[in-house]
Amino acid sequence: MRELLMGNEAIAMGALMAGVQVVSGYPGTPSTEVLETVAKRNPGEIYVEWSINEKAALEVAAGASYSGARTMVTMKQVGLNVASDPLMCVNYIGVKGGMVILVCDDPGPISSQTEQDTRHFAKYAKIPVFDPVDAREAYEMIQTAFEYSEKYETPVIFRSTTRVSHSCASIEVGTFPVHKQPEGFIKHKKWVIFPKLSYQNKLKLEQREEVLAKDFSELSYNQVTGEGKVGIACGGVSYTYIKEELNKTEENYKLFKVATPFPFPERLAEQFLEGLEKVLVFEELDPVIEDALIYLCGKKQLTIEFFGKRNGFVPNAGELSTLIASQCISKFFGKDYENKVASFADAPKLPIRPPVLCAGCPHRASIYAVKQAMKGKKAVFCGDIGCYTLGNAAPLDMVDTCLCMGAGITIAQGIERAGNGSTNIAFIGDSTFFHTGIVGLINAVYNKTDEMIVILDNSTTAMTGHQTNPGIGKTVMGEVAPVVSIKKLVEAIGVSYLKEVDPLDQKEAVKAVQEAQAVDGVRVIIFKSPCIAITKKREEMSVCTGKCTGCKKCIRELGCPALFMQDGTIQIDKSVCTGCGLCSQVCPFGVLKKEED
Amino acid sequence: MINCVLCGVGGQGTVLASRILAAAAMKKGEFVQTAETIGMAQRGGCVVSHVRIGEDAVASLVPLGSADVIIAFEPSEAVRALPYLKQDGIVVTSDRAIQPVTVSLSGESYEGEEMLSYLKEKVAHCYVIDTERIIEECGSIKPLNVALVGAVAKSGAIGISVDEVEEILKDKVKPAFLEMNKKALMIGGEAL
Repeated sequence: MRELLMGNEAIAMGALMAGVQVVSGYPGTPSTEVLETVAKRNPGEIYVEWSINEKAALEVAAGASYSGARTMVTMKQVGLNVASDPLMCVNYIGVKGGMVILVCDDPGPISSQTEQDTRHFAKYAKIPVFDPVDAREAYEMIQTAFEYSEKYETPVIFRSTTRVSHSCASIEVGTFPVHKQPEGFIKHKKWVIFPKLSYQNKLKLEQREEVLAKDFSELSYNQVTGEGKVGIACGGVSYTYIKEELNKTEENYKLFKVATPFPFPERLAEQFLEGLEKVLVFEELDPVIEDALIYLCGKKQLTIEFFGKRNGFVPNAGELSTLIASQCISKFFGKDYENKVASFADAPKLPIRPPVLCAGCPHRASIYAVKQAMKGKKAVFCGDIGCYTLGNAAPLDMVDTCLCMGAGITIAQGIERAGNGSTNIAFIGDSTFFHTGIVGLINAVYNKTDEMIVILDNSTTAMTGHQTNPGIGKTVMGEVAPVVSIKKLVEAIGVSYLKEVDPLDQKEAVKAVQEAQAVDGVRVIIFKSPCIAITKKREEMSVCTGKCTGCKKCIRELGCPALFMQDGTIQIDKSVCTGCGLCSQVCPFGVLKKEED
Repeated sequence: MINCVLCGVGGQGTVLASRILAAAAMKKGEFVQTAETIGMAQRGGCVVSHVRIGEDAVASLVPLGSADVIIAFEPSEAVRALPYLKQDGIVVTSDRAIQPVTVSLSGESYEGEEMLSYLKEKVAHCYVIDTERIIEECGSIKPLNVALVGAVAKSGAIGISVDEVEEILKDKVKPAFLEMNKKALMIGGEAL
């Protein structure tokens, strides 16, 4: 049957076609929908879990692979850093059941901290990496990835990028195979990493690289087409941009499509380079294919001129596009670039539309309460990864640092150690707290830090689209799960102050922060209020416009997207207002009220 | 090859509109690709969806200067998306401006009217959907996406007819909302 599948759905469906049996992961844009699709389309016997972080997820998948199951572990590119400890060992140990590590890179970056390139990680870990050009290819290629993983008894990385993951294509989907019961774990010394074993296995890894490179030269996804004295090499989604533009030219050229950047298909690359005078390498993120080709030219003593990221011919940061492809191709072929895109420079000034916290978001209330309580006091606010990073924008302006998952709590500790008397406050969401934040809290207590930690518990992993986490009592498979209580965990770690408050009760919320401020040591406030996207709308807000003086305090203080001015008085956009009541607690004139009041 | 760009503000239902177009084209046996904005930008930010119909479209993103149609859920977003439009391309837009929080904060607001007159000046085939009428006759702004699709279908620019869209609605929309959406589809068609 033909279905419109998003790249991530295609990857999931391909994995199901390959008979995957255990799937684990941690949510992260643009990778999240892969695991969700496996859970949704589960024919019944596949085990799927959102793990607490990527390290746990990779280890779960590795254990299942040791036991003969086909497994997949999903994450975004920065998630692989968290999982790098097990990755950099399981590469030496190897697997039994096929194991695919699905990692999504994010050129731009569009919703990530960095433009990290996972192809380097594959090379660093000495494991094969597959790099599909689009959703259609991804569906087929992931099945091949499982075969290679089993053939060479190694985990493999399947690298996608945002545009591959979040683009849809109509794809013919087959019938899933019948579930096979894995053999189960069979004891053997090969599963225990020891220096001697690692020495022997490293020799094998180096030998395998050469064998794989030859094998990949035959792989149908790696292709050399065309003829001529000039060549263009590319991989991943960049192939689609360059191909679209090349289809419009009448020039002669050779085209090298690289589907496995590591081990690099050298034999095929030699065929490509033969007779070439110059090469354009068109790839997103880092010059991985470019460097592999330049290395090969050195090895074979070929004199070929290269045009790519290394000489600034192709932009070194940001996404590529058909527009950039067209500019690069014109220049490369020595033609003048003909701009066919009309200019609209005379357009009226367009509004800036940055992403904002939703109307009724409890994070707004939590962050505002801290802001109110700390008014006039010297304080540093360390943010973390989640919707609440949006608290950095005006008018809240309450995020002074943000680095990586769980870092806020520990960055605040460092600021304290080199401090100048500021109160150091870390904000962290519930899922991020479970992911890596808890480690920072233990570190703070053990090392006797002075720090206030504000846990924003909205009972979901909101930013990535509302995934389950250990605090919710549900699994991705829809089963009831034990609730891991953040409050009890914090209590057990032994902090000097702990309070759980509803942030929408501003009086109590501000009071809690003031109390915590007065105490020494590690103080924790849990602001507990569910994400508005997962709760039913509460009440309606109404406006007594007669009383509104037009002071705009509500807008200036809160920046809620439901509030706007019309004819000098405040108005509420009822299509987005959730009736959280925060504005009614800020308005000095009692203009904004809950309908029941 | 047919290229459509849909643009609006996070939460307006651009994705459903692109899915309706894709489903209608697939039903006719066409190869379809779409691309969406997912993630942080969804929260009140600008969102753009791309729909490409035909095997000759290689990339999933519509190249600048090549959209047959721009379907805009908001007039300033239509202006922002204009570089995608090909010569003689069509713009179908909602007339309702959505003021971002930044505008409320700075105190300067922009006028939807100003955007609409710019669009009419620059685009030969620009059709405006009367959102007041949708709210009045459908009881909600929600089916704006279907009205926009209706206008595009009526224009004939994407090779999908209003009847074909109506068929798809039966699969994509809950029975309770079907009549409302059919009404919106008709209102959209009447914008031409």
